[in-house]
Amino acid sequence: MDLREKLKGELIEQLNLEDITPADIDSSAPLFGEGLGLDSIDALEIIVLLEKEYGIKISNPADGKDAMQSIDSLAAFIEKNRK
Amino acid sequence: MLCDGKEVLYLPGEDFPSFAKTLYKESGAEYPKFYKMSDMCKLGFLAAEFLLKDLDEVKVADPDQKALVLGCRASSLHADIEYSRTMNDIPSPALFVYTLANIVSGEIAIRHCFRGEELMLVQDGPESREHENYLKVLMAEGKTKFCISGFVDYDENGNYIAELSLIKKK
Repeated sequence: MDLREKLKGELIEQLNLEDITPADIDSSAPLFGEGLGLDSIDALEIIVLLEKEYGIKISNPADGKDAMQSIDSLAAFIEKNRK
Repeated sequence: MLCDGKEVLYLPGEDFPSFAKTLYKESGAEYPKFYKMSDMCKLGFLAAEFLLKDLDEVKVADPDQKALVLGCRASSLHADIEYSRTMNDIPSPALFVYTLANIVSGEIAIRHCFRGEELMLVQDGPESREHENYLKVLMAEGKTKFCISGFVDYDENGNYIAELSLIKKK
């Protein structure tokens, strides 16, 4: 499965995004604010997801901010850092 | 579920998550954060939704004159246990934020713009002299025009009850 599609399913599951399907999520749309409207707790849950599912620890907050712009940027970050 | 003594919804045999989801849809609320809440928080949130549903005078009242005084028995024990289960791996931040009983009153206050007194008491049951006395003092003090009072409890065994009333200053 394409990493972007896998990530959409994982975010829906992990963040309890009820009534949203992977098809509703635009890979290039912002995850926070507009777009999916995620909040700071969701950001922490995404950090947990990255560590649990992909073995990636975010030590530099700036990296996390850049990575969590969209599904596209999150997938690119995982591809670059996954172990 | 009863509102002013009248049955609004009767769903025998449903577990709480299904019951809560049905009530949420029934309420017409559009508040995606609902799905992230602990069960206790969902319980209080839903009770407040139905309590305030058609009360326009509360909606337009000064937020600083709207207060909440709630009580519970088991505090956030149900959420605490759920959270403790995640501690063997990486603890869940989303569960952690609900390991305080007063998050229930906080969520209701945010949702309905209540910015006056906000209190969650841990008490033995729905009837509490301390709770009643606190309300009397609050309403006598003069600033509060509307106050949601009641008991919202979700225990470690999954037993739950929510009884909310709206008190209006004459």
